[in-house]
Amino acid sequence: MASVTFRDVRKAFGSVEVLHGVSIDIEEGQFVVLVGPSGCGKSTLLRMLAGLEHITAGEILIGDRVVNTLPPKERDIAMVFQNYALYPHITVAENMGFSLKLKGVSKKEIESLVSPAAEMLGLSHLLDRYPRQLSGGQRQRVAMGRAIVRKPQVFLFDEPLSNLDAKLRVSMRTEIKNLHQRLKTTTVYVTHDQIEAMTMADKIVVMHDGIVAQVGAPLDLYDRPENLFVAGFIGSPAMNMVTGTLDANDRNIFVTGDGERLPIAEPGDAEPGREMIYGVRPEHFQLGGDTTLRVEVVEPTGSETHVVAFLGETEIVCVFRERISAGPGDELKVTIDAGSVHLFDAKEGDRLSV
Amino acid sequence: MTDVPLTPRRPLLARFLESRNGLGLLFMLPAAVFLLCFLTYPLGLGVWLGFTDTRIGRTGEFIGLENYIWLFDDPIFWLSVYNTILYTVVASVLKFGLGLWLALILNEHLPFKTFFRAIILLPWVVPTVLSALAFWWIYDSQFSIISWVLMQWGLIDTPINFLGQPNHARASVIAANVWRGIPFVAISLLAGLQTIPQSLNEAAALDGATSWQRFTKVTLPLLTPIIAVVMTFSVLFTFTDFQLIYVLTRGGPVNATHLMATLSFQRAIPGGQLGEGAAIAVAMIPFLLAAILFSFFGLQRRRWQQGND
Ligand SMILES: Nc1ncnc2c1ncn2[C@@H]1O[C@H](COP(=O)(O)OP(=O)(O)OP(=O)(O)O)[C@@H](O)[C@H]1O
Ligand SMILES: [Mg+2]
Repeated sequence: MASVTFRDVRKAFGSVEVLHGVSIDIEEGQFVVLVGPSGCGKSTLLRMLAGLEHITAGEILIGDRVVNTLPPKERDIAMVFQNYALYPHITVAENMGFSLKLKGVSKKEIESLVSPAAEMLGLSHLLDRYPRQLSGGQRQRVAMGRAIVRKPQVFLFDEPLSNLDAKLRVSMRTEIKNLHQRLKTTTVYVTHDQIEAMTMADKIVVMHDGIVAQVGAPLDLYDRPENLFVAGFIGSPAMNMVTGTLDANDRNIFVTGDGERLPIAEPGDAEPGREMIYGVRPEHFQLGGDTTLRVEVVEPTGSETHVVAFLGETEIVCVFRERISAGPGDELKVTIDAGSVHLFDAKEGDRLSV
Repeated sequence: MTDVPLTPRRPLLARFLESRNGLGLLFMLPAAVFLLCFLTYPLGLGVWLGFTDTRIGRTGEFIGLENYIWLFDDPIFWLSVYNTILYTVVASVLKFGLGLWLALILNEHLPFKTFFRAIILLPWVVPTVLSALAFWWIYDSQFSIISWVLMQWGLIDTPINFLGQPNHARASVIAANVWRGIPFVAISLLAGLQTIPQSLNEAAALDGATSWQRFTKVTLPLLTPIIAVVMTFSVLFTFTDFQLIYVLTRGGPVNATHLMATLSFQRAIPGGQLGEGAAIAVAMIPFLLAAILFSFFGLQRRRWQQGND
């Protein structure tokens, strides 16, 4: 186990810079998820940590050691690739023991290390098969087994679940999480699925266009997004956003472009007159009150009801615990939970409210 | 007696044409005739000629195994067998080694990659006769550029007699064959290398493999199916090589570079002994069959290639 530190790391492919100074601290034993939209540089960052990609500028540390120029094999890192990268010409057991064999560990010892790992992953009956003869989920587990057997300082996962079907993805998610709780190895996990990020991470790093948008615990990101990007990226259904500004006389009232007046408990230092964005999550609406919505679609899921509606001219989504019988075109009176409202600068995207 | 109602039997031809196998046979006929005429006939004629004492201008008579018995006692024939095996083995090993090395280099990221890949193909694109003529000039006993360069550097005093001395001549024709055969091996192996996912090498690097271990434990095993195909063809081409030798040395000096193919031609056409020439050519068949058999086993799907994707 070791900590991992990125210090102002940059990466350029030719003249194109794709990472613009990334700094992240990962503590020993933490499970950190890098999340962000496609092309934001998650894989590149992970591959730089693994030593598969040259570091253009900045420093990467594993433990106290700067590893910038260390070749991959000396970094003591195991990686699970998106396509699993199992060696097709050797069996599952040989795949899992490959690194040990390279180190010159005796056959018997390799077996004594491989079989408990195989046991843990439910692969014991597949040890003599070749990768071609396995299902996607089994291959995924072999790839993890290959990583576990090595007992590395750090585990890296690059979208390991994206080739699996939805159901298997959910169960593998739990399995990986359980594995981490058992082994306590520092883990960096890349995904573009924010549900995966929220459910698995001790700490989430949201990336956007080659920079870190925000770092924090899953619920911190959810409750207090630092900027518009994180606010829109984390949470499903996404946060509702309405453009407008604060009322000049009452800073606890937000006036939308359409003249709607919405409550806000803690506007912070936001000054009236500036164009701002008022963000409110779908579940922070309550039935009854003096804000009027025009219902467009009602989607009952059983446990809750999703309502797509217009607030003035802006389309928003609300989630209620109650069942609602309104139809399209009906008016719905709601209250916004003023304490759970977020305020962002419309231009810069920075958070303004407390 | 009771009347047995007879169903009228339809004509045989109609039934034949309507049956599945009959129709299939009919459709196969043109191809079969074609194969028979253009493949089997020349081969059969060659084999037949080997059992006769045919000379040019005179139809021969069947003489049984006499040609083969004669060849069995012919030291020049045995020398050509030795030369052919030496030529094939040394040239194939060199082509494989150098071809693989070139393929590995071309598979790396280097500047002007496509340019180099095109250049590599050149020796293969040039007509054999032309390249043989070029080599003939390169190996010239007086004006050889190699001798000239070595003399300029002061490494030797007199020009090397490349084609005049038996072992020099053997080495020289092998070198020419290797030069000509490398592109095929290199480009085919390069195609094979490109089918190996980069992530396997990366995984091996993370697993602690040195670049040599990555080559021997990942790249090479995954390349074996392609190596088997490429080397089978390469061996067949080399074993039956004729043009290079015939232009460069005509089998000389003193038969030192005669291959079975050139000796066969030499005896049959300039020598006029069609029967004997054919017998030498037929004697190549067992070697070729052995090569094909070898590749057949080499080409079998390996256990790790089986099963569904
Ligand atoms: N070898 C390369 N050469 C040039 N540009 C590259 C290279 N690899 C990646 N990039 C660029 O770097 C950026 C980040 O790529 P990266 O693969 O890290 O994205 P990602 O966040 O992993 O995306 P995804 O979720 O789709 O995997 C992209 O704009 C991509 O085009
Ligand atoms: Mg990626």
